[in-house]
Amino acid sequence: MSSPVFVGVPRRMLQVSIDGHDVQVMEGMTILDACGRLGIDTPTLCNLETLTPVNVCRVCVVEVEGSRVLVPACSRKVEPGMKIQTDSERVRHSRRLVLELLGSSVDMSLCAPEVHGWMSRYGAQPQRFGPGAATVAQPVKVDNDLYVRDYSRCILCYKCVEACGVDAQNTFAIGVAGRGFEAHISTEFTVGLPESACVYCGNCIGVCPTGALMFKSEHDMRQADTWDENKQHVTETVCPYCGVGCMLELHVQDNSIVKVTSPLDHSVTSGHLCVKGRFGFQFVQRRGSG
Amino acid sequence: MFGAGGGTSSYREAEETDLVLLWGSNARETHPIFFHHLLRGVRNGARLVAVDPRRTTSAEWADLWLGIDVGSDIALANAMAREIIHAGLADREFIARATTGYDDYAKCVEPYTLERAEAETGVSAAAIREVALEYGRTDRAMICWTLGITEHHNAVDNVLALINLALLTGKVGRYGCGLNPLRGQNNVQGGGDMGAIPNRLPGFQDVEDPEKRAPFEKAWKAVVPPKRGYHLSQMFESMERGEMKAVYIVGENPARSEADQTRAVRLLSSLDHLVVQDIFLTQTAELAHVVLPAAAGWAESDGTVTSSERRVQRVRRALDPPAGARDDIEIISELARRLGCDWGQPTAEQVWDECRSLSPMHTGMAYARLDELGGIQWPCPDESHPGTQFLHARLWKDPVEGPRAPFSVVEHDPPVDKLTEEFPIRLTTGRRLDSFNTGVQTGAYSSPLRQREALLLSPADGARLGIADGERVRASSRRGSVEVPVRFDATLRPGLAFLTLHFPDQVATNVLTIDATDPKSGTAEFKASAIRVDKLSTSVS
Repeated sequence: MSSPVFVGVPRRMLQVSIDGHDVQVMEGMTILDACGRLGIDTPTLCNLETLTPVNVCRVCVVEVEGSRVLVPACSRKVEPGMKIQTDSERVRHSRRLVLELLGSSVDMSLCAPEVHGWMSRYGAQPQRFGPGAATVAQPVKVDNDLYVRDYSRCILCYKCVEACGVDAQNTFAIGVAGRGFEAHISTEFTVGLPESACVYCGNCIGVCPTGALMFKSEHDMRQADTWDENKQHVTETVCPYCGVGCMLELHVQDNSIVKVTSPLDHSVTSGHLCVKGRFGFQFVQRRGSG
Repeated sequence: MFGAGGGTSSYREAEETDLVLLWGSNARETHPIFFHHLLRGVRNGARLVAVDPRRTTSAEWADLWLGIDVGSDIALANAMAREIIHAGLADREFIARATTGYDDYAKCVEPYTLERAEAETGVSAAAIREVALEYGRTDRAMICWTLGITEHHNAVDNVLALINLALLTGKVGRYGCGLNPLRGQNNVQGGGDMGAIPNRLPGFQDVEDPEKRAPFEKAWKAVVPPKRGYHLSQMFESMERGEMKAVYIVGENPARSEADQTRAVRLLSSLDHLVVQDIFLTQTAELAHVVLPAAAGWAESDGTVTSSERRVQRVRRALDPPAGARDDIEIISELARRLGCDWGQPTAEQVWDECRSLSPMHTGMAYARLDELGGIQWPCPDESHPGTQFLHARLWKDPVEGPRAPFSVVEHDPPVDKLTEEFPIRLTTGRRLDSFNTGVQTGAYSSPLRQREALLLSPADGARLGIADGERVRASSRRGSVEVPVRFDATLRPGLAFLTLHFPDQVATNVLTIDATDPKSGTAEFKASAIRVDKLSTSVS
C-alpha cells in the first residue's frame, strides 16, 4: 500500500498585537517572522533562516506585555493575544546598548550596511566608553591558503559554530571557548586550522556577518587595497565538480573569480558548499599560464 | 530505471525517509552536499547502513557498516532478497500488480543462503539478515549508490540487483523511497539526458525506433543513423582493430582516466587523426593533431546541466574565456559550417529550445522557468508542470500506468582480476574530498587537506609484508607496476589496498587497473584490481 505523505499539523491563525496593530499570524511563527509580515525591520546579528536560533546577540529584543524581561524576537514563538512593542523606549535603549557594547569592542566596519543603519537608527555611540574600552583586537590568523580568521571582527554570534555543527556540516571543528569577555571561537586546543578537524567547506565564512571569516583571496585584495565591490558582479551557475548540482554565486572582479557563495534559498545547498565548490574555482583562471 | 536513466528521488526525501542504504558510495567526501541532506535525515531519526569495503567517513555516520569484499554486491543483494522472501516481507500485492519476472527472480535468489553470502561477501550472516529484514519492514527506504556499484565488469547487473530489492519490497515510486545513482560529474546525468549515450536520442528516446527518430529527422532535415553507436570501451576496441581511425574528444582526458592507461595511450597515439576540444592542454590533448581550445562550460558559457535528482539547472557565463578559447556551441557550429552545413550561430537558449521541442520530458523547461524555480526536475512535459519530485508513482496506480517494471535475474560474478598467490591484494580506487578525477581542475587550488598520493594499506598487511608506514614500495598488477609510498590506513581491512586517480603525475594508478569492462555500460572495473606489494630492495624490476 502506498502510504500518505505527512504534510504537517494543521496550523491555527493567532491574533496578536504588534505596535498597536492587530494582526493574524500562523501559530508556530516567531515574533521576528510576524514583524517581517508587517514590514517592521528588526535588527538581527545571530539569526539566519538556515540555522537554528541561538538567540545570543539580543539585538532583536522586543517588549511583550506581561513579560518581566525583553524577549528575543528571533526565537520566541507568537502566542494568542500577545501584545508586542518593537519600538518602545525600553526596546530602543536595549538595542542601542547592545550595538554600542559590540561596536566599542569589535571592529564592525565590514558588517552589512543595514547594521550601520541600525546603529544610526538607535543612536548608538560606541565611542562613548572612551579610548580605554576593552576590545577583542588581535592579529589576523592566517594559517592556510583558503581562508583567514580575523577575530578582532568577531561578535560571537555562533553562526559559524552552528554551520560547522549540526545545522549543516556536522564537522564540529570549532566551538566557543572561555567565559565572559574571554569567550572566543576556537578549534580544539586552539590548534591551527591545518591541525584541526576543519575540512575547509567554508560554510562558516558563508554565514559570518562581520567579515571575521574571509576568503584569503578577499583578505589579500583588501590588504593590497584592490578589493572593490563596486567593480564586482555576481553570477549564478552550477558547480563544475560532482553531480549534486550546487548553485554557486561567482563574485567576479576584473574577469577573475574573487569569492564563491551559494544562495541561502536554493533547495540543494541552503547556502552550503564543500571545499571543491567554494575554493576549487582557480583552474578556470589559471589557463594559458603554463 | 525502467527506461528512464535517472535517480528516482529528490534530495529532500533523504531528510524524511526511515532508512538509507548507502551502497558503494562515500558520499560524505564525494557528494558532500547530498550528504548534508542525508545527515538531516539521520538527525530526524533515519537509520543509515553503509555497504563499502572501506570503513569510510560516510560509514562513520552509519548505524551499521557492512564491510563487503570488493565485487560481491550481487551475492549480498540476492541473499538479502532471499531473506526478505523467506520472512514473508515481499510486497506481494505490488509485485503482482506492478512487476514482471518475479518467479524467475525468486528461483534465482533461492541458492543465495546466508552461509553462501557470508562466504562470498565477507559480511556476517547476522548482519546480512539484519539489514534485509530492516529494509523489508521499513515503510520508507532509499538505496543510493556511486561508483562502488558501477565501476565493475558487471556494473549493470549490480544496479539491477539493487533495483530488484526495491521492486521486491515496493520501495520505489513512493515519497521517501527510491533508487538513486549519485552522479560523479556535474553533467553526467545531463549528458545521458541529451542522448550522449550510444543508443539514445535526447530525452532517452531509442535511436533504433523509427517513430522516435522521425521528429528529429524532420527538424534536422537529415537522416539520423538508425543503429546505436559505440560506447567508450567499444571505441577503444575498434581503434585496436584498426577500424576507428579518427576521434574527436570533447572535454575528456582518456589518456589519464582510462583503465589500463598504457593501452589507451598507445591506441590514441596510433590514430590517423585525433581532435581534442578541452579547456586545458591535457595529456590527451598533447597526443592530438588538432586542439580546439574551449570555454569552460560552467563559468564561461551559458547552458544547462542536470543533477543527480534530475534537476535541470542553468549555468551562466560569469567570465570572458581566455583569448582564443571559444564556446562549445560556437566551435561545433563552425565545424559544421566548414563541413558544408550552415547552422548559423545559435545561442545556448536557441539550442535548448530546439531540444525542448524534440524531447517531451524537457518541453516545459523554458529558460525563464528554470531561472524562476531554481531548476526543474524532469519529466516536465509542459510549461504549467512543476517538474517531478520522484519517478514511477505510476507503479502504484491500479491498474499500473504504462509498462510493468521487470525483475532481472542476476548472478554473482566476482571481479575479473583474480586474487592469486602472485597477486594477493585487492586494490580498489576512489576519490578524496578535496580532489576530483585526474586532478586537472583540483590541482590548481591549494588544499590544506591534500597529502601526497600513497598506497593505503592496512597496518596488518604492512606488518605481514615487513613494510613500514611511509616506505616506498613497488605495487604491481598483471598489467604494470608503479613505485609508490605506503600509508597505513586503519579503515582498510587486511588484504585491501586503496589508491586515488587524482595525482597521475605522482602515481599512475591506471597503469595497475584493469580495463575489463561491462559489455552493457562500457564501464571499466576500476574498483577491483589484483596487485602485489614488494619491498623495493627485494623487488625484481
